[in-house]
Amino acid sequence: MDLLLDGFQTALTPENLLFAALGVLLGTAVGVLPGIGPAMTLALLLPVTYSVGADSAIIMFAGIYYGGMYGGSTTSILLNTPGESSSVITAIEGNKMAKAGRAAQALATAAIGSFVAGSIATALLWIVTPQVADIVVTLGSPSYFALMVLALFAVTAVLGASKLRGFIALFLGLAIGLVGTSTGQARLTFGQPLLADGIDIVVVAVALFAIGEALWVAAHLRRKPLEIIPVGEPWMSRDDWGRSWRPWLRGTAYGFPFGALPAGGAELPTFLSYATEKRLSKHPEEFGKGAIEGVAGPEAANNASAAGTLVPLLALGLPTTATAAIMLVALQGYGFQTGPTLMDDHPDLVWGLLASLFVANALLLVLNLPMAPLWAKLLRIPRPYLYAGILFFASLGAYSVNFQAFDLALLLVIGVLGFFMRRFGIPVLPLIIGVILGPKLEEQLTTALQISQGDVSTLWSEPVAVVVYVVIALLLLAMAVTGLRRPAPAEPAAAATNDEKELVER
Amino acid sequence: MTTPRRSSPPAGVPLAEPDPAPASTRLVDRAQYGLAAFLVLAGGYVLLDALGLEDGFADQPVQPYTLPYFVGGVLVLLGILLAIATARGDRPEAEEGEDIDLTQGTDVRTVGLLALVLIANIALIDVLGWAITGALVFAGSAIVLGSRNWVRDIAVGVALSVGSWYGFYVGLGIPIPAGILDGVL
Repeated sequence: MDLLLDGFQTALTPENLLFAALGVLLGTAVGVLPGIGPAMTLALLLPVTYSVGADSAIIMFAGIYYGGMYGGSTTSILLNTPGESSSVITAIEGNKMAKAGRAAQALATAAIGSFVAGSIATALLWIVTPQVADIVVTLGSPSYFALMVLALFAVTAVLGASKLRGFIALFLGLAIGLVGTSTGQARLTFGQPLLADGIDIVVVAVALFAIGEALWVAAHLRRKPLEIIPVGEPWMSRDDWGRSWRPWLRGTAYGFPFGALPAGGAELPTFLSYATEKRLSKHPEEFGKGAIEGVAGPEAANNASAAGTLVPLLALGLPTTATAAIMLVALQGYGFQTGPTLMDDHPDLVWGLLASLFVANALLLVLNLPMAPLWAKLLRIPRPYLYAGILFFASLGAYSVNFQAFDLALLLVIGVLGFFMRRFGIPVLPLIIGVILGPKLEEQLTTALQISQGDVSTLWSEPVAVVVYVVIALLLLAMAVTGLRRPAPAEPAAAATNDEKELVER
Repeated sequence: MTTPRRSSPPAGVPLAEPDPAPASTRLVDRAQYGLAAFLVLAGGYVLLDALGLEDGFADQPVQPYTLPYFVGGVLVLLGILLAIATARGDRPEAEEGEDIDLTQGTDVRTVGLLALVLIANIALIDVLGWAITGALVFAGSAIVLGSRNWVRDIAVGVALSVGSWYGFYVGLGIPIPAGILDGVL
């Protein structure tokens, strides 16, 4: 508790409040731009935070984080195009509301719901994170290794439509993570001394999220302008409040636990919340046509889940979403060793972050509700300037890491990879998590085997490790069963091959 | 709608010829064989690189080549699996987004020109410095993406790049290498 108060003391100094407000504004401004989701917002703004002291940087970062998420939902509601898969529901239902002339209410319930969910979830973080961390610290390398394998496996196989593509992304990421001389010998450095320290994750993240996206959009730029719904200041009637508050709470209840699991992901809780609200609603007929519950619940679930992902991130050093992955990169950039020891080594930092999340969340509500019409104007930014700006700031971000032209070349190469990943429907998240966790995986394996003096059976010598492997095996089994149950797609596929052969023969 | 579309192959990556056939949802996405080939090549290179690694020190229970063998092997396997899946009619779901219109084919020219702008930045940044090449990146990309107001594009670009230079220098105390403008800025 004292630690939390200390955290608030750090977060509430005038200077840090200013950084939090700046972070919220920057985060919202960038997050609201079309085509930029929360993860890209964080990746692009990361270099900015490197400039200030670690505690201010983290507070600013918390602001950017919440601002970016809020900006993303504004875009979803006003443009009907989700920036992330977790805001699909918000996009569907919120845009229907906006089209029916209730944009102000949709934005308000999203913003206030995010605030409610974010506040409750942050408070839960204060309770859960230290306890999880206490347990985790007692775990040995074998268990930690198993948990990392689980996180990698879950992010790859449980989320996303195509398992094959998930694993392709994961192993490309692991291969990128091999680059460097961490084992004493140069691996995959192509004889290039600049690669000896490995590829900077900031460069990988910015390349995949920003350059890959900009190139991909450039290849398919929409020539006709999107319909943007004009919006006034968000507000809600008494009836809207009455219909919103329960979905907010239920959404929070769904979101936080799902986020806190090392499997993570915000899609599932948002879908569950939507289904629940539809079933419980007194106006089920409005669902699909713009029901306020359908925005309030999923948006709260999304936000609570995002806060929940901080549990594995801070207690275990395991990122499970793209946003969390960038956050981990940021913490490492500030010079902190992430992992189970982070809470013990830097309690001031962790509690500063946890307190500033609360502050940022409150600031967001105060600053953004009145500014919504202004943010909506940002949606009209000319597309050439928007994407030229993304390329500009991505280049600046990658260059500012070391001031080497070489990093810009890496940026382009990995950006082209990002382009082709989008072309072939390969998810970005497993790759980035593979890059981050690959080297850590090797490190834990080494530690575990060093302690056991090379005896491999140490890997399943701890109960937690055994449980985790059982979970992985069950997941694999479930995948195999669902795979066998659906032989149907294979048949039209085979037919397609025949058709194609015929076409070729003709 | 996912139809086989033209894609510009990056250097060294053999991509299948673009399929000129009209949009029929039954066609195999043949460019995907190119991705499969890339995976096999990349995995093969990881394996080859691992072959050149020597045994680690006595206190290194995990050999430096253990993980590379695993990763490289799985990459090759995934490439083969993807090729099989492609032959059986598996097709990718290309990513959608706010400004993306997938009903039209890939605009190779724009992507290529954007890549050129970025390559120019890489080639020139050491000589000219960020304050100049940054403006070039912005103005060049904006023009490639269809902005027709050259004067404004360049003005915004210069404002951004010089502004960011001073932002880093004054705000953060980090001098970005100035290139030929050393002493001027």
